[in-house]
Amino acid sequence: MSDAILNAPGAARAMPETETGSAPILDPLDRRLVLATQAGLPLVPRPYDAVGESLGLSGAEVRARLARLVENGVIRRIGVVPNHYAIGWTANGMSVWDVDDARVAALGPLIGGLDFVTHCYRRPRRLPLWPYNLFAMVHGASRDEVRAKVARIEALLGDACRGHDVLFSTRILKKAGLRLAE
Amino acid sequence: MPDPVPPSPPSSAAAPETSRRGAFTPIPLDDLDRAILARLQGDFPLSEAPFAEAAAALGCDEATLIARIELLLEARVLTRFGPLFQVERMGGAFVLAALAVPEERYEAVAEAVNALPEVAHNYRREHALNMWFVLATETPDGIPRAIAAIEAATGLPVFAFPKEEEFFVEMKLEARV
Repeated sequence: MSDAILNAPGAARAMPETETGSAPILDPLDRRLVLATQAGLPLVPRPYDAVGESLGLSGAEVRARLARLVENGVIRRIGVVPNHYAIGWTANGMSVWDVDDARVAALGPLIGGLDFVTHCYRRPRRLPLWPYNLFAMVHGASRDEVRAKVARIEALLGDACRGHDVLFSTRILKKAGLRLAE
Repeated sequence: MPDPVPPSPPSSAAAPETSRRGAFTPIPLDDLDRAILARLQGDFPLSEAPFAEAAAALGCDEATLIARIELLLEARVLTRFGPLFQVERMGGAFVLAALAVPEERYEAVAEAVNALPEVAHNYRREHALNMWFVLATETPDGIPRAIAAIEAATGLPVFAFPKEEEFFVEMKLEARV
């Protein structure tokens, strides 16, 4: 597949149905709490008190609101977020698979359940250029390690898979994460 | 190509992933660093003195833990410390998308794409589709707007890959160094 084909005017124009979530469940104070903590928690002995001070809330109120956000899934988790490259996971391959539509729903959880797969999604094909409908992000300390893990996925998918590719990342161009506008 | 973080496997001829800002100075991790990475990627306590509580479980004291997290952030072993939000649960949206960028325009296109605040992260990958980024917006209608802005700024068609089903997401990795 060549750049020329991919860049041809009107080639496989893909406007997405967006990945919408449920209706907004943040009240205005929650939103201010997200804004106050999205860059991180203050590194002081009583961080929730410190966050509360800027919002006119007590530390206990901040903790109760954060607990509720954890409970309803707005917060996935609270803790340290490592730079995976800095902690030795220097190879990352986006493995992509052309899996039989009738079997992908059953096989997806098997692949997602592998301990080296950090993200696993079914996504639309963009035929004829992109035949892959299952994406599994695989991390390792080397490309060879990633390839060995990809071979395990291939074995699990068996004859349900018609083809696959691994797209290694060679450069982080940006890594900012979500930021709500102030 | 900037230095890889040691120990990188000597057998691999593959280029290591490198940060936009180039190589950072890797610091050797000790047992406490590894314990923090293994046990504090989630479940940071929602208590009045959470560092003291977490420190007790790690076998150190509050001041040591605070200082260590600060150091790991400065050394960019950690990118962040705090809550990790799930944009869809806040009523927002995100989409994985890709561009096939002609090599001679790669830097300029990367700059144009990265300039959009909706671009949460962006990776160069080895494929004809050689730029892969995630758009994250506070409301769903921000996604088509961001795509239109990227197409206008680059003159390239955006290939979007919205998820149709999520089988697993859990970006927790233990230290390998």
